[in-house]
Amino acid sequence: MSAHGAGAGPDESGADLVLERVTKEFAAFTAVDDLSLTVPQGSFFALLGPSGCGKTTTLRMVAGLESPTSGTIYIDGKDVTDTKPYGRPVNTVFQSYALFPHLSVLENVAFGLRRKKVAEPREKAKEFLELVELAHLAERRPAQLSGGQQQRVALARALVNNPAVLLLDEPLGALDLKLRRQMQVELKRIQTEVGLTFVHVTHDQEEAMTMADTVAVMNAGRIEQMGPPAELYELPRTAFVANFLGQSNLLPGAVVEQGEILGVDIGGARVRLPASRAVSREGTVLVGVRPEKLHLLGPGAQPEPGWNVLPEAVLTDVSFTGVSTQFHAEVPGLGTLAVFEQNSSGARAASPGDRVRLAWDPAYTFGLDGDDDADDGRDGDA
Amino acid sequence: MSIAAALSTEASAGPVGGPTHEPPERKARLGAYLLLAPGMVYLVVFFVLPIFALLATSLYVKAPGAELGAYEPALRWQNYVEALGSYYPELLRSFGYALVATVAALVIGYPMAYVIAVRSRGRPLLQGLLLVLVIAPFFTSFILRTIAWKQILGDEAWVVAAMKFLGILPPDGRLTATAFAVVCGLTYNFLPFMVLPIYANLERMDTRLVEAGGDLYANGPTTFARITLPLSMPGIVAGTLLTFIPASGDYVNSSLLGNNATTMIGQAIDRRFLVTLDYPTAASLSAILMIIILALVMVYVRRAGTEELL
Repeated sequence: MSAHGAGAGPDESGADLVLERVTKEFAAFTAVDDLSLTVPQGSFFALLGPSGCGKTTTLRMVAGLESPTSGTIYIDGKDVTDTKPYGRPVNTVFQSYALFPHLSVLENVAFGLRRKKVAEPREKAKEFLELVELAHLAERRPAQLSGGQQQRVALARALVNNPAVLLLDEPLGALDLKLRRQMQVELKRIQTEVGLTFVHVTHDQEEAMTMADTVAVMNAGRIEQMGPPAELYELPRTAFVANFLGQSNLLPGAVVEQGEILGVDIGGARVRLPASRAVSREGTVLVGVRPEKLHLLGPGAQPEPGWNVLPEAVLTDVSFTGVSTQFHAEVPGLGTLAVFEQNSSGARAASPGDRVRLAWDPAYTFGLDGDDDADDGRDGDA
Repeated sequence: MSIAAALSTEASAGPVGGPTHEPPERKARLGAYLLLAPGMVYLVVFFVLPIFALLATSLYVKAPGAELGAYEPALRWQNYVEALGSYYPELLRSFGYALVATVAALVIGYPMAYVIAVRSRGRPLLQGLLLVLVIAPFFTSFILRTIAWKQILGDEAWVVAAMKFLGILPPDGRLTATAFAVVCGLTYNFLPFMVLPIYANLERMDTRLVEAGGDLYANGPTTFARITLPLSMPGIVAGTLLTFIPASGDYVNSSLLGNNATTMIGQAIDRRFLVTLDYPTAASLSAILMIIILALVMVYVRRAGTEELL
């Protein structure tokens, strides 16, 4: 994995946080199901998934706020499964921030230092308030700060203790979009600066991909797929990942030709799928392609040699979003496909009702198990 | 003050301008005054006026040659000096007993409130049951409950026997008609007034703050001392005030459970008013009690840093 190279100086040998076959059951509900993962020291790791997928429970088990039903958690090679939260070298940035309302901003940040009897806690706290650019508000009460400022206090309060692992529980969830983007950049900067291991829980795929070196996509208590963001995006291994991380066109088909490049029959059309990019290589499969990889071919236009081409389609919807235009194309026998086209100089106007053909480079095709639900992980409002 | 604040926010929250007959903010203010009116009238008639009557009475003098209980208006400040001179032991004792009872109620009541509000959180049935148990004593008469303590602490009761067995009480010791019994009665009777405000406060406490404490290297006791306790101060202040103030003016517990050496100021006022018909002394004692309590409360609330309660 070359993913965690972004300036943090990862150390492969010092794998910091290890979860081994961790399961958490609440009454009749399994929140986390036999989960194993390793977070390398100094990396920015994101646990991504929809609400209820078990990502927050996983985080709380690492923090010691929940204890696993079975399995082991190691930090720095030490088994901390039964260690109380206050005994773990871990700090959390809570979703609600959980700042102490009766203490000043500075005393909030100094709280952990005082408990650990660190010398000169106020000076050190001040230093970290400077890191998050809030030193001028040190004597205020948390209630007197804006949401974004409170968020940064929570971050400073956790960071100042120099934990082996910093846990972030949807830390940007309560902020508005613009502030969120800004904080994403800032969080990444701070992580690079302090070089700590960050484990970040989020349901926002863009947030996870922007910041993390490694993303683990969780669903129903299990990790669906784990890897660098680009790898997850370009080569999803399940329908859930394909749909949850960005958008995908997933077309059911049957493998009719074996080899380096599989030949798949989808609704009468023959498409090529590199065998190395397919989860299963025989029987029924889902052929996937991202909307921005598809090209619209007008009447008379010829596809590049070797490209996959679908039968003639009708545009049903065209929406202009600024940098790109999103099309919906109805392909007979295959349903509706999404197409994104950059609004670069060469883009030509197309309107609903136009007849087009869809084509793409087979190298961007991915193949999923035919038993996957093609709608798994697709959220209605995206 | 808070009413004024509420009124002003109410007024500024209303839509501004618009061609209506009456400005909406004035309408809102009128509505608020109407809502306040019954309570205000009641308090003026039955609290403010009597207080002035009481303060006036405290300065009356006995008319020369008048019969028992007949006084005429005057400004005799000497009444206060004389009242303090003869009743300062009762005053000190009252505040002493009230203080001990308040501390005892806090020590007993805080854990109760904590268990109901925090440990039983998410189990509304259990919470409801425990709260009913706290309030249950109110279903029987205050006097009856106090008399029951005579039985509980009686010479033949197991409490005395047990304490003698443990050597806490000498073999010829008794509990009835002692200061101990008075303080027990006070503690018991005012316990719900301690538990309920603390419960109400802890009930609203965000337990995620406790988690944050644990996350920041504070163990259980430290988290309690540094987070839970300071956050529950408003509840503690309210509870201690609701216990201390009525306890220091109480006369039922000391009359029923005490002896001649445990007389509290409430008993003295009662006797002066109703037995010796010495209205000026009774009134000045009442005024003194009120002033001291007010002063103590001011100092206490300042020290506790919960001015927002006032």
